[in-house]
Amino acid sequence: MAPDRACVLAWLRRSAQALHEQRQYLSDLDAAIGDGDHGINMDRGFTAVLDKLPAVAEADIGTILKTVGTTLVSTVGGASGPLYGTAFLRAGTALAGKQELQPSDVALGMDAALEGIMARGRAQRGEKTMVDALAPAVDAFKASINVGQPVADALEAAAAAGEQGMLATIPLVATKGRASYLGERSAGHQDPGATSVTLFLRAMQSGR
Amino acid sequence: MAVGLVIVSHSARLAEGVVELAGQMSHGRVRLVAAGGTDDGTLGTSLAKVLSAIEIADAADGVAVLVDLGSAGLVAEMALEQLPERRRGHVRLCDAPLVEGAVVAAIEASVGSTLDQVVAAAQDAAHLKKIARRT
Repeated sequence: MAPDRACVLAWLRRSAQALHEQRQYLSDLDAAIGDGDHGINMDRGFTAVLDKLPAVAEADIGTILKTVGTTLVSTVGGASGPLYGTAFLRAGTALAGKQELQPSDVALGMDAALEGIMARGRAQRGEKTMVDALAPAVDAFKASINVGQPVADALEAAAAAGEQGMLATIPLVATKGRASYLGERSAGHQDPGATSVTLFLRAMQSGR
Repeated sequence: MAVGLVIVSHSARLAEGVVELAGQMSHGRVRLVAAGGTDDGTLGTSLAKVLSAIEIADAADGVAVLVDLGSAGLVAEMALEQLPERRRGHVRLCDAPLVEGAVVAAIEASVGSTLDQVVAAAQDAAHLKKIARRT
């Protein structure tokens, strides 16, 4: 069965739950190379998102995602606000009017989110950012559906690739964001943004 | 009227301090508006605060926006994208050091310079020497 609006809402709730549970971990990762507020900021943003979801419970998937985007932009407070906000806004625009998602729609939404983050942050792969988890996840998802695997398998592949990408940020030297002020000293630490990306990816496939 | 300035900072006190400092040079002739901190008063930046600051700073001659770090620039960019079409053309984001940029921009604006001149002056402030070299 194709993912519908209820699946998207459930994913957002699971994401909020994961961000809440992992807020201290995310902030600790951020404290090592940034301003130490990533977990708190994302938790605050998604607490606000949960408040907004009932109002869009009957809306199309694009509208739901755009609502998430605007809420994050105005509540997160750190760079992850504009970055995740742009990702959700772009994905929402790409999926405007959809009541359910074919695998190709999910790929479209992921692509739009990735392009949004890269454009907003002027980030490329390998710069120790969210992109390093999301880009390989999108690649893995598309590769999986292109060979006809079911969406559940493609989402598993995406989450696994994202986590691998997240771990691969550890040795990298940051050239974007607050961590870039640390220069070489940013190496040896896992990127908090790449880490929160994997929480969203895992939340996509659990509970399906 | 003159070009207005918006100071975006993660810290409300820093934004207000920069406004205070730059205001000393523009003698009340320039609208200087602080947009610091998140909506609930913590360190961070707020799209709503930036949008409302632009509104207040805009006296028809344009607005130059200066930012401190990282997300301040991203939030300011999003604010510019969300402005109504008619206003977007005369609001500009400066790639400038916050303190020197704001002071230089305030002086430039106070003598009635255009938005282009104010933005250029702020951006040129990146090359100002802080400590004169002893010879």
